[in-house]
Amino acid sequence: MLKALQIEPEKCTGCLQCEMACSYEAEGVFNPSKSRIKIFTFHDEGQFVPYTCTQCTEAWCMHACPVDAIVINEATGAKEVIDDICVGCKVCTIACPFGTVNYNTDSGTVIKCDLCGGDPKCAEACPTDAITYVDADHTGLDRMRMHARKTT
Amino acid sequence: MAWTQKVLRVNLTEGTCKEEPLNMDWASKYLGQRGLATKYLVEEIDPKCDALSPENVMIMATGPLTGTMASTGGRYSVITKSPLTGAIACSNSGGFIGAEMKNAGWDMIIFEGKSPGPVYLLVENENTKLVSADDLWGKSAWETDEMIHAKHQDPLMRIACVGRSAEKGCLFAAVMNDLHRAAGRSGVGTVMASKNLKAVAVRGTKGVGNVKDPARFIQATTAAKAVLADNGVTGEGLPTYGTQVLMNVINESGAMPTSNMREVQFEGASKISGEAMHEPRESDGKANLTTNAACFGCTIACGRISTIDQGHFSIHNKPEYWGNSGGLEYEAAWALGSDTETDDLDALTYVNFLCNEDGMDPITFGSTVAAAMELYEIGAITKDDTGGIELKFGSAEVLVKLAELTAKGEDFGLEIGLGSKRLCEKYGHPDLSMTVKGQEFPAYDPRGIQGMGLGYATSNRGACHLRGYTVSSEILGVPEKTDPLATEGKAGLVKAFQDVTAAVDSAGICVFTTFAWGLEDIAPQIDAACEGDWSAEKLVETGERIWNLERKFNMDAGLTGADDTLPKRLLKEAAKTGPAKGLVANLDQMLPEYYELRGWTADGVPTQETLSRLGL
Repeated sequence: MLKALQIEPEKCTGCLQCEMACSYEAEGVFNPSKSRIKIFTFHDEGQFVPYTCTQCTEAWCMHACPVDAIVINEATGAKEVIDDICVGCKVCTIACPFGTVNYNTDSGTVIKCDLCGGDPKCAEACPTDAITYVDADHTGLDRMRMHARKTT
Repeated sequence: MAWTQKVLRVNLTEGTCKEEPLNMDWASKYLGQRGLATKYLVEEIDPKCDALSPENVMIMATGPLTGTMASTGGRYSVITKSPLTGAIACSNSGGFIGAEMKNAGWDMIIFEGKSPGPVYLLVENENTKLVSADDLWGKSAWETDEMIHAKHQDPLMRIACVGRSAEKGCLFAAVMNDLHRAAGRSGVGTVMASKNLKAVAVRGTKGVGNVKDPARFIQATTAAKAVLADNGVTGEGLPTYGTQVLMNVINESGAMPTSNMREVQFEGASKISGEAMHEPRESDGKANLTTNAACFGCTIACGRISTIDQGHFSIHNKPEYWGNSGGLEYEAAWALGSDTETDDLDALTYVNFLCNEDGMDPITFGSTVAAAMELYEIGAITKDDTGGIELKFGSAEVLVKLAELTAKGEDFGLEIGLGSKRLCEKYGHPDLSMTVKGQEFPAYDPRGIQGMGLGYATSNRGACHLRGYTVSSEILGVPEKTDPLATEGKAGLVKAFQDVTAAVDSAGICVFTTFAWGLEDIAPQIDAACEGDWSAEKLVETGERIWNLERKFNMDAGLTGADDTLPKRLLKEAAKTGPAKGLVANLDQMLPEYYELRGWTADGVPTQETLSRLGL
């Protein structure tokens, strides 16, 4: 059964534990600037919103890549960048409508969420369950449950 | 090791920025942040220097855990000599800039001298330079933040800066960061402005990676986060109500300083409490509180994000204040509210916004307004002095007006900006200033919480709750309950809290964790991150060393044991209501024992034996 990241912005406090967990897993350092997931603060509205790759089926990044450096991990459904193949041309960063693929000046390759191979560290680190890793076919389950309760 | 081992030394007089290695011998004795920067300060300035002269040094310092996944690991402090107290100043702030400094590769930034004209420091990893701030001078902290972000086209830049109050010489100006976090107390922002330093803008992309034992560090920090989540205060009370969870609790304990500390309970407390911030307003059905918010890496998230009722008199014609911003914390709510007898939640929230916008310590501001109101009530201050303002207790309009004037440094606001000690001296009633060493009291009346009285009297930065929060034990029962009205055993309690807090403040984490964490939770995190054996015992000893170093600085600056006292009102006038009715602050029952436990003389001077035991 495939799983997906479920993001509930109303639970986010903007602590950036997810950004640190992500960068630590991927780069071995606590470094929000290298995180694949980002928290956006909308100050006037008082909102914090986590945002990252949704592993979309269309996978514009993968189709745009001229050297086939982005492949699907069949076990997780994640579109993963193969560092050794990536040439750093950045075409995928243009193709992605959501901006969730980004160039890393340190490595000369692009970086994006790979679901940590099926054990996403952002979800593990989130103290408020604003990020969870759930059944990909039922990311709406909690919201359905909440509204279901109101109908009784 | 979790230190970057790099210090950025900025000579503002010369306009130079130089890298130097962190003194690791000192780091092994003082850990980081508060302790380590105090050591640097002590070595570099004459304690007797004028705090607002170029001879003073200002240090922005992180701790070894700053920028790591340790919960609350985003703290930084500003250490300097205080213009308000003449004593050591160390003001701690959260937000994000501390972690950004670490990510840029710096443990500390030391500012020396005075720039010939307004400048800001730009830090992009190892690229550092001073940039003209001619266009920023005269702007609020919020405008400054916006202008620097716009100029560099970098939304991820983190900025610390001073507002207009600091430029105009307000002696309790804060260094603001990330819009509404503050190194708030003792006038550290005034020192920054005196150096013509308007802002520090930081962008770091290097990360913090060299912890000593990564696997053990992740394990220790993860376990410690679970402790915070499972604790009633850090897992529930603080996220839900913020520090405002205390308003009703402290009021019921009869320790709510009210009406310039003439009373210990406030009738309007519930109207300005954390609970009230959740109540829907009549006008628009929205609550004052929009959401809670976290500082960098914090899994507690006690921060408040609030709005003001758009129809409220304070902002109905000021749409720039209609959005969300940093809301009331308990210390601000008390000082702006009960001490001035103002129970208008919207007015307090607006004044809190102003304190953030122009960088003022709301505790000292509110307490100074309260003192001015009492001076007005007894006729020592008249309308001729105030520019026609009737300084009546309980007037939200007056509070708002004074906040606007003080923030901008205009008219009577310039006098409020001196703090209550100088104000009360000027108008001939020094006893009406509720201060220790010239710094105003925080939100706990020592007649109702006796240990706090000793804590205030002996605090190295003047009256302060963050130097030893015995409220934890005396009211909340953490780590164990003691009787708030008793003095027995409090000398030891105060010393223990002071020493542990000094160590926590030097680590890069938030003191609020200690509602849930003991040293057995904290030490393994530091030990897994830092070279050296950081046991609980070593942390306590480090804290004691820091406390004595600060004390020694103060003694060398000219303070004496005679400054370890409380205002006459608290020592002579008994509480009129509540559980502490009939009690004064019984400082004399605790102070001699405290000196003895500290290894100080009967006059409060650290003995040679104590100093050598601590390696000072």
